[in-house]
Amino acid sequence: MWRDAVLVAGKDLRIELRSRIALQQVGPFGVLVLVLFAFALDPDRGILTRAAPGLFWVAVLFSALLAVQRSLAVEGADGVRDAVRLSGLDPAGIFLGKAAAVAVQLLVLEVVLGAGVVLLYDVHIVGIWTLVAAALSATAGLAAAGSLYGALAAGLRVRETLLPLLLLPVVAPVLIAATRASESALTGTSFEVSAGDWLGLLAVFAVLYIAFGLLAYGPLLED
Amino acid sequence: MSLGIAALVTLAATCVLGLTLPKTVEQAEYSRMIAIHPGIAWTAYVASSVTALASILWLWPRTRHERWDLLAGSSAELATLFTALMLITGSIWGRPTWGVWWVWDARLTLSALMLALLLGYDALRRVPAEPDVRARRSAMAALLALVVVPVNHFAVTWWRTLHQGRSLDLTPKDSLDGSFLAAMTLGFLAMTLVYAWLLVHRVRVARLEDARDDLALEAAIDERRREAIPVAGA
Repeated sequence: MWRDAVLVAGKDLRIELRSRIALQQVGPFGVLVLVLFAFALDPDRGILTRAAPGLFWVAVLFSALLAVQRSLAVEGADGVRDAVRLSGLDPAGIFLGKAAAVAVQLLVLEVVLGAGVVLLYDVHIVGIWTLVAAALSATAGLAAAGSLYGALAAGLRVRETLLPLLLLPVVAPVLIAATRASESALTGTSFEVSAGDWLGLLAVFAVLYIAFGLLAYGPLLED
Repeated sequence: MSLGIAALVTLAATCVLGLTLPKTVEQAEYSRMIAIHPGIAWTAYVASSVTALASILWLWPRTRHERWDLLAGSSAELATLFTALMLITGSIWGRPTWGVWWVWDARLTLSALMLALLLGYDALRRVPAEPDVRARRSAMAALLALVVVPVNHFAVTWWRTLHQGRSLDLTPKDSLDGSFLAAMTLGFLAMTLVYAWLLVHRVRVARLEDARDDLALEAAIDERRREAIPVAGA
């Protein structure tokens, strides 16, 4: 399973590295969203600074949708989906590989967007490790849920419109928890529900969807 | 048929009883919403649970049967309807009592997320596919959505406790007046019966839809065959 996962993840990441779609389209899109937020909210009144964690994660979420769409498109052409299915690779390995590839891209994107938030929104990071933990666990959850729903919608003609409708309500808790955890990492203040609780929730979400994917990816591929 | 009559009779009785409830000091006319809103909310939960249960029954190899898939799909459509009605009647009730159409209360937010999940499920079901493929796909989607419900619950509840206390507490602190309790109970019964009645017919229609698709496919194949004969003869 692990070997298969590494193979699939390596394939997807190599394609991204060579096609540069993620680098040249998804990344700039995320930064553009950050700039659009500044247009929508008055940058002079400190709203941007206060709302920075939420805006950051919304930008990540939209970019994650694009990354998942892209991860499907890679296999949509030339019957690659059927080839992967018939390759004899362990379905659990395929799932882990695809999710890991999406996760790696998202992490790179988060670093870029994080720098963007610090530069554009005048934000100071207080608790770097809370932020790193939130980013890692939220990314694992997003990538796992995204890959599962991606597999569900993969063969469908309406997948571009259906995927956001299916995925966004499901990852709503990730947005809430990641935003709250980042909030305390940026402001340094602790709230009634501590950052640790939110990190725990993010971890539970990630574990649930990874476990689901390991068990159910096989039947999902059969569609 | 008798289920339909029972549903309509209890629904009519709920309307009559609800409209004849006395005005209350705090809420005046609006307290009469108690006759329908709690019943609708309860039915929305029942319908969603039926979908979840039927999807699990379909996925379980020993109990796998086409009827569970049809039941899950039909119940999900009704769950969407009742969840939407719950949000609408709740808003109508909330406007005069809280002063706003919507508050970001944990329960309200969860219901809104629930509606989004259900709409996604319904949309997925409407994608044309073989009955078997559709059944597996939608059962998986139902289970995927089911997994997130408890996580959603914690996320939304904690999120709200950050900012304020629960803005509404639906467990009545003072015991309800007799006539209000009667109207509410009747509302529960009426909405459940309406749901059951609609469900029976929605499953029947779903079965007919599948049968029609089969017939249409056969007819189309037949037509192609007949087109081919003159060519073969010539």
